[in-house]
Amino acid sequence: MTHKKNLGTLFYYLFSILLAIVAMIPFLWMISTSLKSRGALMSIPIEWIPKEPSLVAYAKVFGKFHFFRTIGNSLLISVSYTLITLLSASMAAFAFAKMRFPFGNGIFKVYLATMMIPTQVTMIPLFVIMNKMGLINTYSSVILPSIFRPFAIFLLVQQIKTIPNGFIEAARIDGANLFQIYRKVLLPLCAPALATLAVTTFMESWNDYLWPLLMLTDSAKTTLPIALSTLNGQYATEYNVLMAGSLISMIPIIITYICAQKYFKNGLMDGGIKA
Amino acid sequence: MMKKGKLASVASLLLCASTVLAGCGSAGASSNSGNGDEVTITYCNFNASGGHEKTLEKMYEAFHKENPNIKVKIETIAYDDYFTQMQTRVAGGKAPDCYELNIENFAEYANKNQLAEIKGSDLSALNDTARDAFKVNGKQYGLPESFSNVVLIYNKDLFDQAKVEYPNENWTQDDVQKAAEAIRKLGDNIYGIYQPITYNEFFKVAAQHGGSLLNKDKTKFTINSKENLEAAQQLVDRVQKSNVQPTEAQMGGMKDWDLFMSGRLGMIPTGIWAFQTFAENCKFNWDIVVEPGAKKKATHFFSNACVINPKSKNQEAATKWITWLTTSDKSAEIRLKDGWDLPAIKNEDALKSYLEQKNPENRKAVFDSLDYLVIPPVIEDYSMMSDILDEKLKAAASGSKTVKEALDEAQEECEQKVKIK
Amino acid sequence: MKMKAKTKYDSNEVRAAYVFLIPSLIGMVIFSALPLIVSGLISLTDWNGLDSLLDPGFMSQHFIGLKNFKDILTGKEFWKVLHNTLEFIVLYIPLMLCLSLLVAFLLSRPKKGVGAFRVMFYIPVLTSWVAASLIWKSVLSPEYGAINNILKMVGIQGPDWLLSEKWAMPAIVLVSVWKDMGFFGLILLSGIMAIDKSYYEAASIDGAGPLAKFFKITLPLLTPSIFYVLIVSLINSFQLFPQIMIMTDGGPNGVTQVMVERIYKYGFNYYKMGYASAFSWLLFVIIMVCTFIQMKGQNRWVNYDA
Repeated sequence: MTHKKNLGTLFYYLFSILLAIVAMIPFLWMISTSLKSRGALMSIPIEWIPKEPSLVAYAKVFGKFHFFRTIGNSLLISVSYTLITLLSASMAAFAFAKMRFPFGNGIFKVYLATMMIPTQVTMIPLFVIMNKMGLINTYSSVILPSIFRPFAIFLLVQQIKTIPNGFIEAARIDGANLFQIYRKVLLPLCAPALATLAVTTFMESWNDYLWPLLMLTDSAKTTLPIALSTLNGQYATEYNVLMAGSLISMIPIIITYICAQKYFKNGLMDGGIKA
Repeated sequence: MMKKGKLASVASLLLCASTVLAGCGSAGASSNSGNGDEVTITYCNFNASGGHEKTLEKMYEAFHKENPNIKVKIETIAYDDYFTQMQTRVAGGKAPDCYELNIENFAEYANKNQLAEIKGSDLSALNDTARDAFKVNGKQYGLPESFSNVVLIYNKDLFDQAKVEYPNENWTQDDVQKAAEAIRKLGDNIYGIYQPITYNEFFKVAAQHGGSLLNKDKTKFTINSKENLEAAQQLVDRVQKSNVQPTEAQMGGMKDWDLFMSGRLGMIPTGIWAFQTFAENCKFNWDIVVEPGAKKKATHFFSNACVINPKSKNQEAATKWITWLTTSDKSAEIRLKDGWDLPAIKNEDALKSYLEQKNPENRKAVFDSLDYLVIPPVIEDYSMMSDILDEKLKAAASGSKTVKEALDEAQEECEQKVKIK
Repeated sequence: MKMKAKTKYDSNEVRAAYVFLIPSLIGMVIFSALPLIVSGLISLTDWNGLDSLLDPGFMSQHFIGLKNFKDILTGKEFWKVLHNTLEFIVLYIPLMLCLSLLVAFLLSRPKKGVGAFRVMFYIPVLTSWVAASLIWKSVLSPEYGAINNILKMVGIQGPDWLLSEKWAMPAIVLVSVWKDMGFFGLILLSGIMAIDKSYYEAASIDGAGPLAKFFKITLPLLTPSIFYVLIVSLINSFQLFPQIMIMTDGGPNGVTQVMVERIYKYGFNYYKMGYASAFSWLLFVIIMVCTFIQMKGQNRWVNYDA
C-alpha cells in the first residue's frame, strides 16, 4: 500500500516538474534576454545566462516615460474593468442559470453568439459609436465595455449550473429574496470561478493595447502597453528593452494571481453548507 | 437596378438608425478655433517614437516662437499599430488636422481621396525627387519630412582579412558577388552579404537590370519579364547556390542588422538610419558606398510625408506647421543635431554638419546616391502587390519554388487581384 | 433550459431576472449588436475603410449587394484559409484538452509544493502574446534555438519549425497549447474544487485510488467545465490571430494564413473593408453553426446538477 503510494507521489512530481519546466523555459529566457546588453544579444553560440548581466534595458524602460502616472492609469482602468466585469457577469449568469423568465433561453443564445464576432471588423463601427457618445479620450471609453463580457457570463453560467438547486431553495425557505441569495449564497459558492475570472479579466485589460490606443489620445491618460510600445522605432526593435518592459508589466498581474490563489481552494464544501 | 436601389436605401436607413440609436451628434473633425486668433492643431506621427520624442518637442518650441498663435498638440504613436489606429480615426471622422504617413500608405490615402492638396506654401527648399514622390496627378498631397536612402555598408575588417579591395561607387553586382565569396571563405559563420529577398529589394535590383514591375504607361504588370527574372535569380542564387548570403534557417531568427553588428557579415545594403545604431554597437571598422548596379545604377529611397486632413477646420495653420517642419533651416538644424533622419532639403550649407560627422567616413555617398533614385510604383492596391511579391519571393529564396515559378505566380495573382487604378 | 412547457412564470422572479440582466443587456446592444449590424451592412459595400462612415450618401455610393460574398466563396483563398484553420483546430483542441486536464488533476492533489506549481503552470497565461511569440520565435529557431539544441543532445535532427511548410502550423499549435493550458487547466480546476467531497469519501471507503477516482467521479462531474472549455477553445481557435501575426505573418508560402489574419490584412493593409466584413460574417456563421452543433450535443454527455 505505501509502496504504491510512494510510486504515485513519484509520478506526481515527475509530471509536475516536467510541465513546470516546459511552462517556465520561455519565461526564464525572457529574463535572461532582458539582462543582456545589446552586444550580447547577438553572440554565437547563444548565451543562455548573460555573462555580464546589465540593467541597461531596465534603466531605459524606467527613464522613458512618466512611469507612475502611466502605471496609475493602467491600474485605475484594469481594476475598475475587472470589478465591473465580475459584478455584471455574475448577475447575468445567476439569472440565466437559476431563474425562469420569458426569452431567457433566447437572450442567452444571443449572448453566446456575440462571442463569435471577430472584433477586427467591428472596431471602426464601435469607434464611431464611442465618438457619437462623446466618450473618446475618457477613461470610461475603455472601462465601460466591461459591462458586457460574454465569455465571463458563459463561464459563470456553467459553474452556477452545478450548484444544487437545494441550496437556493433552502435559502428561500429561510426567507431570503433573490438579491440576498445572490450575495450570500451564490457569490461565496462561485469564489473559485470568480477568482479565475478576476485574474484573466485583469490580465486582458492590463495587456489590452489597440482599443486604449484608439480611445485615449491624450498622453496623460495613456496606459502601460502603449507607453512600452513607443520604445520601438520604425526600423529597430531592441529585444532586451522589450523583454524588460514585458517583465515589468507582468508584475502586477502575477501579484493579482497570487492574491487570488487562496480563493481557488474555497470550493463548495468549505462554505460549510451541506445539501 | 430598381431592386438594388431600394435595398440600398433600406440599408442606409438602417445604418442611420443604428448610429442615431447610439446617441445623436454631428460629425466633424477635432479642435475648435478657440478665442482670438489662437488655434490649436493636432499632429500625429510615428517617426519620433523610439527615441526622438524630445527632438520633435524642440522643433515645435522653435516653431511656436515664430508662430505664437499656433499651438500644436503632438501625438507620437509607435509604428506597429500606427496605421491601424490612423485608419480607424479617419474612417470614424476624427482624424487629426495633420499627420505623418509612410510612402506605401501615402499611396493608398492619396488614391482614395483622403488628403487635402497642399497649396500656398513655398516648397523650393525641398529636394525635387523627394517632393515629386508625393505628387499624384500633378497635385502635391504630402511634404517629405524625412528622407532616407539605402547605401551599401561594409565591414572593412572582413575585407582586409579576405584581402579584397574595398567597394567603390563603380562596383556592379558581379563585383559584390566576388567579394562576398571571398569573405564567405573566412569561416562557417561568416557571410558575404545580406540583401533581404523582398519586394523592396527586388524592384530596385530589377531596375538595375533594366526591368520594372509595370509596363511603360503603367497599365499592366510585367513581373515575370526577362530582366526581372535575371534580377531575382541573382538574389536567390546568393542564398541557394553560392550561399554567400545566409538562409533563413542559418539566420536563426537573428535580424540582419544584428548579424552585421556581430561582425560576421561583409556587406549589407541598408538605410542610412542604421548609422547611429552601427556607430554605437560595431566593434570593427566599417564604411559606406553608393549601392552597386548591374546594367545601370538604381538606389533606394524611403520617405515619410506630412499630410493634411481635408476635413480639418484649421488647414491653414496645419499647412504652416508642416511646411515649417519640412522646409525650414531651423527644423533641419535641430533634426541633424540630434541625429534623426535627414531632412529632405536642398540647402547644402544646412546639411554641412551632417557631412562633417565621422563614422561612417564616406558620408558623401549618401548624397551621391540621390542621382540614381528609383521611386516605387504608387499604385492603388500597393500593399497587396507588395505582400504577394514578398510571399512568392520568400518561397523562391527558401527553395520551395523556382524563381520562374515564383514570378509567374506573382504575375498571375497580381493580374487577378491588384488594381493599378 | 430543456423543456419549453407552458408553465407560468413567477412574476417576482421575472422582475428580478431582468434587473440582474440590465447592465449586460445594455452593454450587449451598444458594444456588440450595433457594431455587428453595422459591419453586416458594410459587408454589402465596397467600402475602403477610409471614407467616413457618416457621409449621408454612404450606402447608396458604396452598395454592391452580395458581390463580396460571391467573390469570396468562388475564389480559392477562402477555402485554403478555412483548411488551414481547421488543421489548427484538429491538432490544437485534443492536445490542449488533455494537457489542461493533466494540469487540473495535478493541481487538485493535496501535495507539498502545489502552490508553487500553480504559479509556474500559469506563467504562460500571464505573459502577453507579443512577448511570448517573440520568445518562442527564438526558442524554435532551427540552428540556434533551444528546442533543436535539446533535440540534438538526444540525437534528433529537429525540423525547421516556423520556416517549414510542414511544421509551421504544428509549431503554432504547440505554442498555443503552451500558452492556454494553464488557463483552461485552472477553469477545470475550479470545476474540480466545486465537486462535493462526500463523493470522494464514499469512493475511498470502497478502496478507489486517485486515478480511479479521477475517471469515475471527477471526469463525469466535470463535464460542464469541459463543455465550456471545448466551446471557448473552438471559438478562440477560429479567431486565432496574434501569435500568427508575430511568429509567421501567414507564411511560409501561406500555410499559416488563417481567417482572422486574412480579415485583418484585407481590412487594414489592403483597404478593402467591405470585403473583410463579408469575410468575417462568413466566419461568424461558421463558428455559430459549429457551436450550436456542440450545444445540441451537450445533453448526451454534459452532467449538470450533481
